[in-house]
Amino acid sequence: MSAALFLVIAVLTVLGAFTVVVARSPVYSALGLVGTLFFIAVLFLGLDAQLLGFLQIIVYAGAIVVLFLFVIMLLNLQAELETLSAPALVAAAALGGLALAGLVAFGVARTPLGVPVLAEGFGNTVPVAERLFTSYLLPFELTSVLLLVAIIGAVVIGKKRLA
Amino acid sequence: MVTAEPLLRWIVLLPALGFLWNATVGQRAPRTSAVVGPGAVGAAFAIAIVTVLRLHGLEGGQGDGPPMLHDLVYRWIEVGPFHSDVAFRLDAISAIMVLVVTGIGFLIHVYSLGYMHDDPCFARFFTYLNLFITAMLVLVLADNLLLLFVGWEGVGLCSYLLIGFWYEVEANAIAGKKAFLVNRVGDASFVLGLFLLVQHTGTLDVAELQAKAGTLAGTMVGPMTLATLVCLLLFGGATGKSAQIPLFVWLPDAMAGPTPVSALIHAATMVTAGAYMVTRLYFLFDLAPAALAVIAWIGALTALVAATIAIAQADIKKVLAYSTVSQLGYMFLGLGVGVTGAALFHVVTHAFFKGLLFLGAGSVIHGMHGEQDMQKMGGLRRHMPGTYWTMLVGTLAISGVPFLSGFYSKDEIIAGAFLGPHPQPLLGVIGYVVAVLTAFYMGRLFFLTFFGEERFDHHHVHPHESPWSMLGPLVVLAVLSAVGGALDVPGQVNHFIGAHHEEATPFGMLVLAGALAFLGLGAAWYAYVREPSLPEQAATAAGGLYRFLRDKWRVDELYDAIVVRPLFALAEFLARIVDPDFVDGAVNGIADVVAWLSSRWRRLQTGNLQHAALSFLVGALVLLGYFVVH
Amino acid sequence: MTAPAPLAWYLVLSAVLFGIGVVGVLARRNLIVVFMAIELMLNAVNLTFVTFARAHQSMDGHVIVFFVMAVAAAEAAVGLAIILQLFRARATVNADEVTTLRW
Repeated sequence: MSAALFLVIAVLTVLGAFTVVVARSPVYSALGLVGTLFFIAVLFLGLDAQLLGFLQIIVYAGAIVVLFLFVIMLLNLQAELETLSAPALVAAAALGGLALAGLVAFGVARTPLGVPVLAEGFGNTVPVAERLFTSYLLPFELTSVLLLVAIIGAVVIGKKRLA
Repeated sequence: MVTAEPLLRWIVLLPALGFLWNATVGQRAPRTSAVVGPGAVGAAFAIAIVTVLRLHGLEGGQGDGPPMLHDLVYRWIEVGPFHSDVAFRLDAISAIMVLVVTGIGFLIHVYSLGYMHDDPCFARFFTYLNLFITAMLVLVLADNLLLLFVGWEGVGLCSYLLIGFWYEVEANAIAGKKAFLVNRVGDASFVLGLFLLVQHTGTLDVAELQAKAGTLAGTMVGPMTLATLVCLLLFGGATGKSAQIPLFVWLPDAMAGPTPVSALIHAATMVTAGAYMVTRLYFLFDLAPAALAVIAWIGALTALVAATIAIAQADIKKVLAYSTVSQLGYMFLGLGVGVTGAALFHVVTHAFFKGLLFLGAGSVIHGMHGEQDMQKMGGLRRHMPGTYWTMLVGTLAISGVPFLSGFYSKDEIIAGAFLGPHPQPLLGVIGYVVAVLTAFYMGRLFFLTFFGEERFDHHHVHPHESPWSMLGPLVVLAVLSAVGGALDVPGQVNHFIGAHHEEATPFGMLVLAGALAFLGLGAAWYAYVREPSLPEQAATAAGGLYRFLRDKWRVDELYDAIVVRPLFALAEFLARIVDPDFVDGAVNGIADVVAWLSSRWRRLQTGNLQHAALSFLVGALVLLGYFVVH
Repeated sequence: MTAPAPLAWYLVLSAVLFGIGVVGVLARRNLIVVFMAIELMLNAVNLTFVTFARAHQSMDGHVIVFFVMAVAAAEAAVGLAIILQLFRARATVNADEVTTLRW
């Protein structure tokens, strides 16, 4: 995508992120998250990662955030009066975040990155699937086990305990 | 010329087995100890005779040096080039000692049957006595200095056990402790000598040391040769074991033990170990004339000091104790001036007559129901004739009356002071002075005990003669004290050492010695039989001097002031101040620091999730910063 | 395809998103919002991976992102279950009020 479009999307993404962090009501944070995820998906598409882009929307925005919203509704969380932690912590956090971002940016700036011409089918399902079932077969299988464990774990942990 | 002789080990083993028997079975059946105790030593004596005869049978092969019998039991220690074996060696010197130890040991065991007859700890007594004989034989027969030291320590242990035999009386236990501790000081010196020997020659085997002795004379350590230093250190041990200045203070206190113990250990055998050791290593001492001079002087001075103390003692055993110290001084005087044969001869004759005198004193004490103060005796010759006659022989022998054993040995030593290889004429004069004093105090002892008016309480004390188990050994020892001068001990020793043949003692000296003996005895007769009030007048007139002698020159008080009290003060300081404040303080201090640190540190655990996350962040930043910057 | 924007910009963006996520994790009281901030951080990283995949013309980056998504889903499920249980026990999802594991 062109630089101009990138800038627009980038600003929107950052705004979404801010909403997540700053909003009073958890629902607003969740909405901010959806926005951010959506715009990141757009960025993925711009980077010729079509599969990932749609996966992002389906899995992240579609499933994970919904999960969040479920829990928020279940717990009937209201908007908070005091959203932030102790000021010292907030200050430390701000400083830390700034430092982190700065460091990474600094490191990035020194990395030369070219933009090579891509092969046909880059970013589609086929190459991903190809790798998943050959070089990354073991992680793939383990991930399925992981998901199983997570399901069981979530069910067990989330059960209502009989007093 | 060395010949293997497997019988040697039995000389040591039999008393050891006797010890084991008495320590176990004997405790339940004390009457068996009466047989096993003396029997073991008697058997050892028999075997000793057999082996000594065999040794003399070997006389002849001059090629490899003097003949000796050797018995290697097993290799005990082997560390690199150093080795020390449990091995026994019988040569002219150790043969003499073995016979004395087992022979007189046997007599004293028999004597103890009577003396300790009614004692409830009868079996324990023979247990310790057998153990002592074992240790003493190990000392005498050892072929290397490490094994000798084992015996050395062993006899020290038995001395402690036997001095404090009646330990229910605290004074006895204290005396035993004193003996052990004072000996320890000497032993420390001895061990240092051993260390130096190992360091510079790599061996403690006597035969090997003899071969390497020359190197020690060549090395200098400060102002003296290494040989001199080693000899002085070894002699330091001898001053402890053989009760010379400065470590003689334990011997008079050791009289707290039963009298057979005093006779055996503190007269005839253990205390002579120092003299034996010097004789055994004479090839080394010969290379250190400075050390020999020190030995001679200390011997002579000890003889003099002890004799002056003996004059003023009232306890019969204390007189004999100081007499022993004095006679030991003679032995070292002889060694120091180079008449080794005469010195060892005096060891033998002294064993005879001092053993006799102690056993006789024991008989007197036994007959007087435990009384030891001569002021409370008197006129006992009518009540205890056997004891009287045997002790007469002993008194004459020790005084140096002509033709008895003491005459020969003592005078050869004094002659050696004038004419020996390392003469010290002044010490010879002191030797004569001591001879007079010896005759005098022994006469005093004899006359106070057996003559004069009977100063004891006739209603409560009924003196009686002792049984034959006690008189028998007295008779044997009396005979030996009388004729023992005929034994050619000096010849044997000198032949073995290779010393030049000593000229016969000049006739003039012999006459002088005899005259002095009679002078001393005569003076004692006059003071204690003819004019009994004379001693008291003299004591009152001399006043301070008399008290000084009676109080044994206040040496114990001196040691108490300069050694014991400072040590106690140091101990108090360490216990009251250093330990609680510094040591405990340091340990508690560390604990306190740790506790303080942890009380501060634990506040990091707030339980707050985000605080932990912050720590993550900080760590991540550090790492990231490192990688980005580098 | 038109040439994308300079890839370095994507990386800077992901750095910024990550930083915002960090602030969110540390500075909010509500545990659910903290969780969402974590998801934000994960997505920033995903963006980085995809950018590098594009730069090096390697699909391996995409595969990694694939796995990240799967794991993020699992983690979200379990984490929310824990928060649910926490709420049942303590009636709060305030990070400051769940500090019993303290000194």
